[in-house]
Parts: sequence; structure tokens; C-alpha cells
Amino acid sequence: MIHVQNVSKQYGDLLAVDNISFQLNKGDVLGFLGPNGAGKTTTMRIITGYMPATKGKVYIADVDIFEDPLIAKSHIGYLPENPPLYEDMIVRDYLDFVAEIKQVPDREKNGRINYIMDKCGILDVGKRIIGHLSKGYRQRIGIAQALINDPAVLVLDEPTNGLDPKQIIEIRELIKGLSGDRTVILSTHILPEVTMICSKVVIINKGKIALEESLERLTSKMDGVENILLKTRYWGEEIQQKIISLPNVSDIRLGISNELIIQPKKGTDIREELSDLIMRNGWGLLEMRPVAHNLEEVFLRVISSEGD
Amino acid sequence: MNAVYPILKRELRSYFASPLAYVILVVFQVISALFFSLYLKGFLHLQFDPNFQLLRGELNLNNVVVIPYFDTMSIVLLFIIPLITMRLVADERKSHTAELLFTSPIKLRSIIWGKFLAALILLIIMLLLSSLNLFVLTVHGNPDMGAIFSSYLGLLLLGASFLSLGIFASSLSSSQLVAAIIAFGILLLLWLVGASSDTESSILGYISLINHFENFGKGIIELKDLAYYFSIIYIGLFLAHTALDSERWR
Repeated sequence: MIHVQNVSKQYGDLLAVDNISFQLNKGDVLGFLGPNGAGKTTTMRIITGYMPATKGKVYIADVDIFEDPLIAKSHIGYLPENPPLYEDMIVRDYLDFVAEIKQVPDREKNGRINYIMDKCGILDVGKRIIGHLSKGYRQRIGIAQALINDPAVLVLDEPTNGLDPKQIIEIRELIKGLSGDRTVILSTHILPEVTMICSKVVIINKGKIALEESLERLTSKMDGVENILLKTRYWGEEIQQKIISLPNVSDIRLGISNELIIQPKKGTDIREELSDLIMRNGWGLLEMRPVAHNLEEVFLRVISSEGD
Repeated sequence: MNAVYPILKRELRSYFASPLAYVILVVFQVISALFFSLYLKGFLHLQFDPNFQLLRGELNLNNVVVIPYFDTMSIVLLFIIPLITMRLVADERKSHTAELLFTSPIKLRSIIWGKFLAALILLIIMLLLSSLNLFVLTVHGNPDMGAIFSSYLGLLLLGASFLSLGIFASSLSSSQLVAAIIAFGILLLLWLVGASSDTESSILGYISLINHFENFGKGIIELKDLAYYFSIIYIGLFLAHTALDSERWR
């Protein structure tokens, strides 16, 4: 459905996107991850035909977005990072306008608008002026706008950005319910979101693809190893030295707030020997708990290893 | 070109959803009415001038009221039109709706035409309202209707040229203020350049927006003047198209 082929984008001296390729089939939901400034938005803008790539090609449903933009664009619904809303318009008029420029046939238009407004939960604000609505509603209108032409491809740039926790859950459910057999690209900072919604993950860093994997394979890789988070009152180099010399410890590193993340060898439980060690040395055990070897860690590892 | 109409409709709605359109209509109407009454008063005073009879051929309603009136309106348009066009493209950038327009299955050309025609309709409403002033002349006098109609045609073409260049200016910036200043700069430059020479004798004279307006006031519609204004309209819209298209490449 979406075929991104060796796409690069150069802004002056800056290579924002560097030779990216990936392919999505019908029904795939791609979690598009990466730190700020990694080139996510640029890639999405190229895929949606907002700007041309410096090099490479993008095919939407086998149509080159740059050669045949009108046909390719008719398959796409796009929610940019900032929802493209006309503040002075009434919600319903706005969706009517979007339906018209997206070439929704006149006889289907009203039914389509009603259906989408209902799905996105904005029926009750249909007569309000967009500029007066809260951020949650605006984001919903943004999503409604992207869905109005029933697109086969849905590109969402940080759809839950800046929402409160309740709104985030609602929008997430909405996206989940909408995906169906659509192909979705979803960029986000919130990693659990990806595990909840997506079937595939692409992590990009500094314009390059750092990891491309289906979520199933990613999670199966991470299974079987459970890292341990350790906090002690006493803190020093020797702790790390001593722990790493335990027979079943394969790796140790420093977490974000100076806690230790200890990776045991596969299939072993080191909790007992670890607590023993700490007791014997009187380091003062404050916290010890298993941490899921989750996407967050994969993400951080991929991002930091690329940086070296 | 099937997207021209929705764009046009939205732009017009947007003009009248904010006070902008009303303020512009009122300001234009008040200024033009003020000057009209001034010129008319001047004409009435002339009747009591002892030398009036001698110059009767020259000092008719057309030369003393109608032509100066249209000249004044053309200058007022020079100031007002940048305010009409400034938001047309710049605001799409600011509100991020450019992303919606440029990822929709419509041609850039349709977007620009839709915006131009919406602004043109606002201009036509302005001109129609101002024609109420001239209505007074037809009730109590006998003005040269041909010259009035041709003047309106000239004013419409002049205004449309301003609009087209204004849209180009708006496509260069995401700030409405900057867009208005650029538009005003372009218009003033094209207005004044070669204003001292006529259309035949020099290139600068030919380029000048003001020189082509004179014939219309005399009731003369010449092909070269029509061609000139249509070219300016085309060039302005073409430049706007180029500016927007090339921006995506950078």
C-alpha cells in the first residue's frame, strides 16, 4: 500500500532524511518513532506529497505521489503535527469544505460528515466555532478531517501530542477503532502507544532508519530476559564491579536517575544472589524490582548506539 | 479546476466572518463618498465663476467630477487592496492549513484562482457600493454614461491587477503584516515608475499601472490597455504559483 523507496531530503546543508526505505501492506499499522528532529515529520510530509523528496520515490497504492499527485493524494488522509484548522469556521462547515476539496461526491458528503463526526465524538460541537474549542476537540476535528474521504492510507503525526491523559486514551481508542483495513502511519513519542496500537515499528534517528521490525518479532526477542532495577543507599564504582562479577550477570548499566539496570543471563534468576551480595556489603538496599525489557529500552539503545 | 469553487466559497465566508470585509467596505465607501461630494461641490462652485462660460467645453461634469473621482478611488484601492490580499496565503501558513490544501487532491492553480476570485468578488462589491455616489449624478444631471462604465471597467481591471500582485506578495511570507508591506511596496513601485512619461515613449511609462488607467476615464477602451492589465493579472498569479511551488523544493 505504501512503498517508500530510497527517500532522501536535503534542506540546504542539512540532510534531514537519509535514504529511507520501507514498505507497508494493507492493514499495517506502523509506529514511526524517533527523537525530535530525527526526520519523522519530514518523512511524513514527503509521503503525503506535501513536499517532494530530494531523491527517491514514494508510491501510494502503486501510484507515484510525485508523478501523479492528484490520484495518489486521493488515497491519503493526513493529520499534521498541528491540526490544519481554520479558526474562524464552524466545525461542520469546515468538514464540509474539507470534503469538497478532497473530492467526496456531493451525494455522499452529508452522510460521510455525520458518520465521521459521530465516530470522532464531535457531533455535539458541530455548530461551534473551531477557534473556541479545546485542544482535545481540535485534535478530534483534525482526525475527522483526515478521515473524511475514507482514505486507504492514514498518516498521523503525533496525534496524542499535548492532550491530557483522558483525551490521550480516547484518541488512542479512536485510532484503534478506525484502523480496520486501513494502512496507518503513526508517529509518536509515547512508546506504550506503539505496543497498544501498532503492528510494526520503524525507529529513525538522524534521518536514517535505525530499526525496522514487526511488533511481534520485537516482543518475542525481548521475552525471556527480565532486567532488574536496583537502587542502593551507598553508591560507587565497586558496586558495579562486584555485581558484574556475579556468574549469572551478563550486563550492567546506569539508568536515567542513577539506578542500576542489571541484565541477567538468559533463563536465570539472580535476585537472590544479588540481595545477598548487597546485604553482605551493607550497601543499603532501597529498591529492587524486575523491569520489563520494553520498547523504551529498545528505543534508547537504538538511538544511543546510532549516536556513537 | 473543480476545487476553485470550494476555495472561493471558504475565502468569501472567511472575509465576512471577520470584521475585515465590513471595515474595508465601510472605509472605502466613506472615503469615496467624501471625495465625491468634495468634487461635486467644486463643480457647483464653478457654475458661479465669472469665467465659467468661457471654459464650458472643458469644465463639464465628466472632467470635473467623474475623472477625479475615479482617480481618487484608484489611489484608495492602492492602499486598501494589500489589506484584502495579505491574509490569503500568509494565513494558510500561519494556521498550518497549507498542509491540508497541499496534501489534498487538488491543483495549486485551483487554490490560487479560488482565492483570487474571492478577493475579486469583494472588490466588485466595493465598486458596486461606490457606484451609489454616481447615481446622484444621473438623477440630477446628465453625465457621460459611457465614460462612467469604461471607468468602472478600468477600475475593476486595475483593482484585479492589484489583487493578483497582492496574492503574490502574500505567498512570500507567513506574516500578514509583511505580506501587506510587500504588496504595498510592489504596487507603489509599479504605480510611480514612469508616471512622468506616457505609455508610448518609454518602457517604464508602459509598465506604470497608472498610465493605462487614463484612457478608461475618457471613455476609451483600448486593446493595449486591456492586454496590459490582463498580463499583470496573469503575471501576479503566475508568480504566486511559482513562489508556492518552489517553496516546497527548498
